[in-house]
Amino acid sequence: MPRNMTDATIHKTFKLYIDGAFPRSESGRTSAIHDPRKKSNGVPLAQVARASRKDLRNAVQGARGAFEGWAGAPAFLRGQILYRMAEMLDHRASSFADALVRYHGATRAAAMREAEASATRLLFYAGCCDKLAQLLGTVNPVVGPYFNFSMPEPTGVVAALPPRMPPLLGLVSCVAPLLVPGNTVVAVVEVEAAPIALDFAEVVATSDVPKGVLQILTGDRAELVPHVATHRDLDGTLLVTDDETERLLVESEASDHVKRGRTIDVGTPARWHADSSRGIEWIEPFVEIKTAWHSMGR
Amino acid sequence: MTESQESLSTVKAGRPKHPFAEAPTHWDYAPSLEDRSLARLESRTRLFIDGQWRDTRRRFPTIDPSTEETLAEVALAGPKDVDDAVTAARRALPKWAGLPGGKRAKLLFAVARILQERSREFAVLETLDNGKPIRESRDFDVVMAAQHFFYYAGWADKLDYAVSRAAKAPAPIGVCGQIIPWNFPLLMAAWKLAPALAVGCTCILKPAETTPLTAIRLCEIFQEAGIPPGVVNVVTGAGKTGQTIVQHPDIDKIAFTGSTEVGKEIQRSVAGTRKRLSLELGGKAAHIIFEDAPLDEAVEGIVQGIWFNQGQVCCAGSRLFVQESVEHRVLELLDARMRTIRVGNPLDKNTDLGALNSREQFEKVQQWLAIGEEEGATRRAPEIALPSKGYWCAPTLLEHVTPTMRVAQEEIFGPVLAVLTFRTPDEAIAKANNSLYGLSAGVWTDKGSKVFDTIRRLRAGVVWGNCYNRFDASSPFGGYKESGFGREGGLHGLHPYLASS
Repeated sequence: MPRNMTDATIHKTFKLYIDGAFPRSESGRTSAIHDPRKKSNGVPLAQVARASRKDLRNAVQGARGAFEGWAGAPAFLRGQILYRMAEMLDHRASSFADALVRYHGATRAAAMREAEASATRLLFYAGCCDKLAQLLGTVNPVVGPYFNFSMPEPTGVVAALPPRMPPLLGLVSCVAPLLVPGNTVVAVVEVEAAPIALDFAEVVATSDVPKGVLQILTGDRAELVPHVATHRDLDGTLLVTDDETERLLVESEASDHVKRGRTIDVGTPARWHADSSRGIEWIEPFVEIKTAWHSMGR
Repeated sequence: MTESQESLSTVKAGRPKHPFAEAPTHWDYAPSLEDRSLARLESRTRLFIDGQWRDTRRRFPTIDPSTEETLAEVALAGPKDVDDAVTAARRALPKWAGLPGGKRAKLLFAVARILQERSREFAVLETLDNGKPIRESRDFDVVMAAQHFFYYAGWADKLDYAVSRAAKAPAPIGVCGQIIPWNFPLLMAAWKLAPALAVGCTCILKPAETTPLTAIRLCEIFQEAGIPPGVVNVVTGAGKTGQTIVQHPDIDKIAFTGSTEVGKEIQRSVAGTRKRLSLELGGKAAHIIFEDAPLDEAVEGIVQGIWFNQGQVCCAGSRLFVQESVEHRVLELLDARMRTIRVGNPLDKNTDLGALNSREQFEKVQQWLAIGEEEGATRRAPEIALPSKGYWCAPTLLEHVTPTMRVAQEEIFGPVLAVLTFRTPDEAIAKANNSLYGLSAGVWTDKGSKVFDTIRRLRAGVVWGNCYNRFDASSPFGGYKESGFGREGGLHGLHPYLASS
């Protein structure tokens, strides 16, 4: 049975997740989350922080600061940390399911399916970390006395704009592949999906993920996207959208400093459950291939 | 004199003089001129669309930058020509993509083979149109171009092995618009066409307006090899023709090599269109010389890094970082070596440094030299007689450069080396990475662990350890940051032409 609001339920305020901490928006703004099953907007279920441009700046700063350490960490260690995230999420699957029922009006069965699929997805990517160099790297048989090889490296600080639905699986499916090669990430989540996203932030915060590796900002997407699109210290954008205006904005502003990007249609919630919503091709757009030459001889 | 000063001077006096230090400033060589007539120059060139040669009403000249003489009147492709080329490529696509890979392989192997057979002709034609030394066009450009066709020909029937996307069969992305620069005209055509054709794409190629001749000549080889009509189309023109290609609605993919400035315009222009894009843009490569490097070899690397192709190379080692303790020695060696570089007739097999490609580029380089001096850099170049006609620049160093100067930050694209120094490896890395670009870098040290640590920490797509400016068809090439995205060469070079999810 879904847990219902009772006298014992504590009215919660969800805060942002930036650089390993849970601050309010510097703007002080919040939005109310209402019960999706009730037509009239009565007492809100919760409040969520509404991030500002300055919060985004702080988030990018946190991500930039964490980049060298995360990118330089052994792939095996990144894999262990992602596995830890999967463990933590799986352990709390029924509580995530509760939240999906409560904030999104999902059926209990569908909510459990989404929570479990999210843990499984994390597991998939956990196992990718120490395979990537062998899947995307090559030794190149060049002419002449040179040792020559190519290997994947992370692009840098990447913004993720996940779909609103499914709120947990969509977020995990966008964020996890970015973390695999060593990118640090700023995810921008719409208010409606905020409670689940920030529950997920608590998983991140307790899984040995170094601070700054992943930030989660919640707020008004239409307000934040232009700031994300024009931020010069972001190296890439993973955009999930059906909105042509948003797509055009993000893709054209990317040209300002040759930002990398991938844009995906939102599709149905079922699509996010399919195996096609995971894979090496989700990692590749945010990987740079470095080729090293070294002379041989004597 | 203190004890330490004394020992320093002893070391200096006791050091054997480098052979170059006593070399004469001018060596007399008998000229060894390659035969200009091998280029079989045509006074007018045409477009190549749907397997047919097409004349245009409007034309523009292409010149020999070493003499400023017109080599040919080149057809100027208008919107209608581009549209016809796209239509032809679209029409040719299903059949070409549907050919068994082995058949495509055979045709591309034939292209490589014929190019090798005609390599002397292509080398002379390239040197005339570009101004590069015949030694480079003969031993590098044409050889590498043929290698690219050979390399990718062999991929055409192995594409199933080339993709990590287990669930999806590899499929060509479709019709490709490919826009290439003037610094390696034939080679850039090969870099673009060979992987695209191998996977089953059809192409519209636009060579640079100052160097269209070898790409046009290459179409004869496509015809001879039996590449079906419409599979490769070559349209000549300037920026406007390129823009028409970029904006054409029936093109699936744009591949561009050129300046970061134009690359950004293209990225903006394809935004929202669902066209795929790969960009190989500018660079300002750091070339790091540690104190424990083999200095004689490192100096050869510096020379190769900045004076190859008159420095008109996107990955040129244009920011030299020398560890302070060896700065004096490296500059001494470099100064002596610079004076042996022979500047002159590109068709002479003795020539090391040819002509800059165009008046525009020549003027840009002159401007950069003026900017460098205004900023406080000291200019050093051997005093040599340069031909009165044509666009020439002696090999040049800018000393006393600091990291914030424009000549240390921006791409010059000429034979001009900015010299900077550092004290510790950390400082070298920090300075090297302090750039909007990230195409390439170089590092010299005799310590293996230091080489690989430096390679790991440099944010650049290609890093040369104890060598510089090496290239190979099997080796992926491309940039980080504002140097672009996508790779050319190697297995990775197939991916920009394969359809993704």
